[in-house]
Amino acid sequence: MDFPSEYKYTKDHEWVLVVGNEATVGITEFAQSELGELVFVDLPSVGQAVEQNGALCVVESTKAASDVYAPISGIVAVVNEALQDEPGLVNTSPYGDGWMVKIRDFSQEEVSALMSADEYKALVGA
Amino acid sequence: MTAKVAHKIRPQGEDGSMKNAFGESQFASRHNGLSERAVEEMVGFLGLDSLEELIAKVIPSGVRASEPLKLRSFPAPYSEYEALETLRRIASKNIVGRSFIGMGYYDCVTPPVIQRNILENPGWYTQYTPYQAEISQGRLEALLNFQTTVIELTGLPVANASLLDEGTAAAEAMVMSQALVSKQSPGSSKCEFLVANSIHPQTLGVLMTRAEPLGIEVRVATPDDFTFSERTFGCLLQYPDTQGVIESYAEVIEKAHGVGALATVATDLLSLCLLKPPGHFGADIAVGSAQRFGVPMGFGGPHAAFFATRDEFKRSIPGRIVGVSKDVTGKSALRLALQTREQHIRREKATSNICTAQVLLAVMAGMYAVYHGAKGLRRIANRVHALASTCATLLRNGGVKAPLTGFFDTFTVDVGEKKSILVRDEAEKIGVLIRAIDDRTVSVSFDEAKGVCDIVSVLSVFGVVSSFEEVQAALESSCSTIPESLRRVDSFLMQPVFNSYHSETEFLRYVRLLESRDLSLGYSMIPLGSCTMKLNATSEMLPVTWAEFSGLHPFAPRSHVAGYRELFENLEQSLCDCTGFAACSLQPNAGSQGEYAGLVVIRAYHQSRGDGHRNICLIPTSAHGTNPASAVMAGMRVVSVACDAAGNVDVEDLKRKAQQHSESLAALMVTYPSTHGVFESGITDVCSIVHSHGGQVYMDGANLNALVGLVKPSEFGADVCHINLHKTFCIPHGGGGPGMGPICCREHLAPFLPNHPVVDLEHDRGVGAVSAAPWGSASILPISWMYMAMMGSDGLAVASSHAILSANYVAKRLEDDYPVVYKGENGFVAHECIINLQLLKQEANIEVEDVAKRLMDYGFHAPTVSWPVAGTLMIEPTESESKQELDRFCEALIAIRQEVRDIANGVYDSVDNPLKNAPHTVDDVTADEWNRTYSRRQAAFPVPWLRSNKFWPAVGRIDGVYGDRNLFCSCDSFE
Repeated sequence: MDFPSEYKYTKDHEWVLVVGNEATVGITEFAQSELGELVFVDLPSVGQAVEQNGALCVVESTKAASDVYAPISGIVAVVNEALQDEPGLVNTSPYGDGWMVKIRDFSQEEVSALMSADEYKALVGA
Repeated sequence: MTAKVAHKIRPQGEDGSMKNAFGESQFASRHNGLSERAVEEMVGFLGLDSLEELIAKVIPSGVRASEPLKLRSFPAPYSEYEALETLRRIASKNIVGRSFIGMGYYDCVTPPVIQRNILENPGWYTQYTPYQAEISQGRLEALLNFQTTVIELTGLPVANASLLDEGTAAAEAMVMSQALVSKQSPGSSKCEFLVANSIHPQTLGVLMTRAEPLGIEVRVATPDDFTFSERTFGCLLQYPDTQGVIESYAEVIEKAHGVGALATVATDLLSLCLLKPPGHFGADIAVGSAQRFGVPMGFGGPHAAFFATRDEFKRSIPGRIVGVSKDVTGKSALRLALQTREQHIRREKATSNICTAQVLLAVMAGMYAVYHGAKGLRRIANRVHALASTCATLLRNGGVKAPLTGFFDTFTVDVGEKKSILVRDEAEKIGVLIRAIDDRTVSVSFDEAKGVCDIVSVLSVFGVVSSFEEVQAALESSCSTIPESLRRVDSFLMQPVFNSYHSETEFLRYVRLLESRDLSLGYSMIPLGSCTMKLNATSEMLPVTWAEFSGLHPFAPRSHVAGYRELFENLEQSLCDCTGFAACSLQPNAGSQGEYAGLVVIRAYHQSRGDGHRNICLIPTSAHGTNPASAVMAGMRVVSVACDAAGNVDVEDLKRKAQQHSESLAALMVTYPSTHGVFESGITDVCSIVHSHGGQVYMDGANLNALVGLVKPSEFGADVCHINLHKTFCIPHGGGGPGMGPICCREHLAPFLPNHPVVDLEHDRGVGAVSAAPWGSASILPISWMYMAMMGSDGLAVASSHAILSANYVAKRLEDDYPVVYKGENGFVAHECIINLQLLKQEANIEVEDVAKRLMDYGFHAPTVSWPVAGTLMIEPTESESKQELDRFCEALIAIRQEVRDIANGVYDSVDNPLKNAPHTVDDVTADEWNRTYSRRQAAFPVPWLRSNKFWPAVGRIDGVYGDRNLFCSCDSFE
């Protein structure tokens, strides 16, 4: 299982990658394998303010519907529209094309406080 | 043992305990599937001496009822014949008048071929929700026909597989509108819902009850006076309205959309055969009742409500949706779509607590459309409209103030000041039931079952004398009075299924074809845990279609329903006897509705004591997902209570949470025996902890089938509970509804039980209406009456103890192959058991779903899958199954276990094996080529008994992912 080292992680299985002023958020490979094939991703609206640990979006597979929590506080800058038609991208490319949301106006401290790849790896026992 | 003395369970049969005045009743021994000899063998197999010993070990002594059950209404059990005779006498006290009342309930003609072959047919009514789609294709197709009918007639592209009634469907529309609008404009506080004053009063009643705890402000006005503001999230209109008026709503809907609000139109399917559909003038949601599509009025229900909406809202639609997908071979196949939105997964985040639909009635309504086709439906609608128009015209010609145009089937008559009640009561004397709207207005509604004679009668009510021939002539020359701009111009129901079965032979064969694709209790046991799939005896079912029960309008005058009143009294009293409670409301239409009703009753009780701030609802993590969903609907905040390793409520955690929220504790919701299938010994403590912090205890009655005659919830501390009459008291599951979820409560909660805006239920401080009809689905209550009348007090206790015995027998027979997850203190389970299949995954990569599908090849419906614990099966055999059937089922599971070992041992391939390829269809095993690693015999006939009695799944394993990613819910996409 893959745990890219440049990403930060949460105990709820989200990942964050900061590029410039935006933090991209998605769910981990472990999370997608637990959920099974996704059938729908209910994305937030652009411009919506989100709070750390608050609900960010809902992912549905045929066996579960789960909340994805915001790893950091901020404003939703971009959502991955491609997931509307192809939710399976989260399964096939959880760290790449399967990203969900880009957040702006976040605090770098909140990001730094998240788990490292090694810490997360230990959490899921991989 | 405590001060309470456990009474002995008296065995059925020879000791005389089940005798009545006419001799020995045989019914209990027919209902209970275990013979005396089987009981002995099974008790011995468990290493015990007697059934009583088992019960004493299963039920903690302090919890056992202090005295034997005594049903006051049924001192001695009746035989089937005697019960039917007695109920006939009660039924004869009902008077079946000619109803012109309308208000969403219309007399109709149930095609006899539908009545006998669907409504009265166990091949259609005994199943539960079609979770195992491969063996439910017939019902799913019938539901797809229903959805297509709704889609076509409302002009909206997505419809669900039915809701409970029009009132709750409107409430669901309100809640869904708020959720959608809030999501579109995050941060705004939109809490105002505008409701036309021309909706049915019972719909308004249900809306008001639902709105209050959620903080929704309902504003009632004429649609022309609606003031939309930034706070408005939606509006509700009725089309045609409750007084029969048809008007254009395009403008008001445009205004709604202008402020970002959504418009719901409550409507009538028959009128939509002639009227412009709501989807064509901007409606976002359409709701209503499909009752008049061939389903009897039944004094209020059960009927299928419908719910249709726009494509972009399809993932927010409440209830169950049948969707088109494909099976493993690419063949079109149906299954329930978007299942994970349901409360069993979403819990307090679910937007609705609806689970049960009204499948049997939706199937009937869909089949009514198949039977008549568009042409037939239009003919019926035209005739109903012509009857109403002719009657109104002749009244006007006779000098009576009736309208000439602007209505479909209902018109009002101005009878002069303070005359309406007088006119209504005079009409009643000649058996004509009309509605008094206000002090000078009455209304008259026509329907499919009316004719020329009825017009003559109505005319006479208003003093207009006209002969049959004159009316006949007027009817023949009548023409549509519907305004041109509101007439339907497009065609509908052009799909082949609605245009192919118009001879009775063809129609009957279609019904039987679909029936043959559904595994029902008529074929084998359906051991769904938590669902109580017991016998629905034929004698219990017969009265449902007696005219004295099925032919009554829910708002028929009190003097016409003495029989029903007597039946209700018997039932309410008996349910109180069983639970030990003081009062009962028969109004809630499903278990989920009972939960919600019970919680709003608790809320009202707290408010009455100045404790309105109490809003915390404690719910164990093991609870049914509906519990948290219902709590949120009742305006409560959910706090979860942990379960310990043995699966019981963690009493220490409960104490902590109760203490922490002591000031604001409203209630605890607890299931007993627990959803883990165990009689928890701590239940009395659990209840008293909650009481000591000022909370009330709501008992989820889903598992009451283990309690009746053995344990009374009132004695261990519950304050209110619901009772699933469709589980414990033999109402069949109907393939996924109807259900009934009455609630029983202690004296102090009784004043707050539901009341009704049209019929006075004498609960002065009641919480309002929770269902559209005053007594919910009244016409199926005779089923539970018959059951209790024939079982008697002792028979009911025997049934509960046999249910417990069977579950323990199955648990022990399977234990070497499948460990039992939870047991009580003495190592026994309650009336159901959870077996663990998680090891199979490690051993051979076999999922619990593979075993569920493989059971189909063995001719069984799977138990409950992965609930309440992932990777498990929950088995509830019920008292009605024989030992042979239990053995057959256990043998199937044991044989499947061996197949899994054979995969692990390399006998079968890890991918190409009987489990991963299950279920096997006729196409599979009769194909010219067979290149699997196991034989055709092993695929389809793995055990000998299948040779003489094989049920073939209609399709192979269904691709759920494909269907959920591409939601189609009408016949157009189904081949």
